[in-house]
Amino acid sequence: MIADILTVMWKERKGLLKQRGSRVRALWVLLIPAIMLGILLPWQEGHGWIEGYWSLIGSILIPILLVSTFIPESFAGERERHTLGTLLASRLPDRAILFGKILIAVIYAWGVSLCVLLLELITVNITGWDGRIVFFPADVLLIDIVLGLLLACFMAGIGVMISLRASTVQGATMTLMATTFLPLIILQVVGMVLLQKGSGGRERIMEFITTVDWMQVIMIIMLVMVVASVGAIWAAMVRFQRGRLLFS
Amino acid sequence: MSDIAIRIENLKHFFGQVKAVDGLSLSVPAGMIFGFLGPNGAGKTTTINILLGLLEPTEGGAEILGFDIRTQADEIRSRTGALLEHTGLYEQMSAEENLEFYGRVWRMPAPERDARIKELLSLMGLWERRSDSAGKWSQGMKQKLALARALMHRPLLLFLDEPTAGLDVAAATAIRNDLANLARNEGVTIFMTTHNMAEVEKLCSQVAVIRQGKLIAVDSPDELRKKTGSPQIEVIGKGFTEDVLTLLEKHTEVSGTELDNNHLIIYLQEDTDTAPLVNLMVSEGVQIEEVRKGKASLEQVFLTLMEEEE
Repeated sequence: MIADILTVMWKERKGLLKQRGSRVRALWVLLIPAIMLGILLPWQEGHGWIEGYWSLIGSILIPILLVSTFIPESFAGERERHTLGTLLASRLPDRAILFGKILIAVIYAWGVSLCVLLLELITVNITGWDGRIVFFPADVLLIDIVLGLLLACFMAGIGVMISLRASTVQGATMTLMATTFLPLIILQVVGMVLLQKGSGGRERIMEFITTVDWMQVIMIIMLVMVVASVGAIWAAMVRFQRGRLLFS
Repeated sequence: MSDIAIRIENLKHFFGQVKAVDGLSLSVPAGMIFGFLGPNGAGKTTTINILLGLLEPTEGGAEILGFDIRTQADEIRSRTGALLEHTGLYEQMSAEENLEFYGRVWRMPAPERDARIKELLSLMGLWERRSDSAGKWSQGMKQKLALARALMHRPLLLFLDEPTAGLDVAAATAIRNDLANLARNEGVTIFMTTHNMAEVEKLCSQVAVIRQGKLIAVDSPDELRKKTGSPQIEVIGKGFTEDVLTLLEKHTEVSGTELDNNHLIIYLQEDTDTAPLVNLMVSEGVQIEEVRKGKASLEQVFLTLMEEEE
């Protein structure tokens, strides 16, 4: 099984950066968030970017963005390009195909988010050099690393489910992006409405933001993410079966 | 291994109310090229997908190389190769990488895999362009590469779904020659669908004809011609007037005529003496250049079978 997973990963790795045409274009998908979140914003914010929770932005956004690109390419793309039938007619087990594809997307997305963390560190230390090396607080670093991985796994599971139902890569990507960002947008809108309404709403929100134990909140979120990731990948396993794939 | 490569028993597959495969039963002996014919939507591709374990049959079953399609589909896929409706090539990858991937899929050790890639690409005349992206190739070259991929692990049985569809004459001929060599030299059983009757005549030892998921005939092309098609003579010449055709059709041993410019086909009863017919045409002023005696073409047999079913 492991050899088969590695075989699928070998193929995905070959194709991943070339799927949408040129290597240059594929590189931009990686470079734009890396430059924005690894260089420009940390440069602007200085030490605060490293010492606060700002680095979480990269650890959240990068796995979401990259997995939302890779998984539809990998699953819906295989169907759109008519390579799925031949792949399924081979001796590869369903699970090896599924996990090979998921793993490569998760490793790439998580890997890039870790690289961006390193880039943030280098940028802040160079641009804000004051004679000492600044480093992420241990708890922030741990959250960055674990949350990035969990988000990549969760997005991969959801992405597989959506991609298996979509007829095109574009359709799958759009649905996945909407599914991911819509709750965040709604949450933001609700917050803004409450802030505008007055009648103590604004005060209560500000009080919550300033007094809440963010570490506890993040731990709860991560726990939820663990459960959600396992659930999403389990659902993908149930759905990803030869008999259901070709004519679904 | 059994002498029978494929044994299908009362196989059925329904897509909702549509009966894609409806009680199909047939056996394919090992080591032959078997043609699986039928009009579009007859159930050919669905049958191949079921035999490869990609679709669950609604009823019935089949054994491929002695393995049950319901319970041993993995074993079947390990021993078979397939060139399905689409080439299934990764177009952004090179020809060599496409074959390498499937070599890895079949767990071939690296030296064996490299040697096999070279052997197959050379055989197909593609070795010089092995580093090109498959997407840049012509349809004929892609089809050859897809065939090479299907042969990578030396399968005992090959499923081919219209392997020469959309190819020019030269590419189609090259693929046919490769298939004939495979069956002859390596003893590979080939189960192929095609709409090209000339291809069937050239390659297939046996054919099955299906329509609306049902088997309507199975035999060798010669036997099918004997059973279904009547003997005929083709006359090439000038002066085939209406009167001549009427006279010919009045002849008790003539079952029909078909005129296409200077080319007349006369359908006959069995064991008809053709000399009196030729004399009749000459006496009526027909200028005959050539007379050919023969059986009905497989295309005519196929059309007759379809009409009979209607």
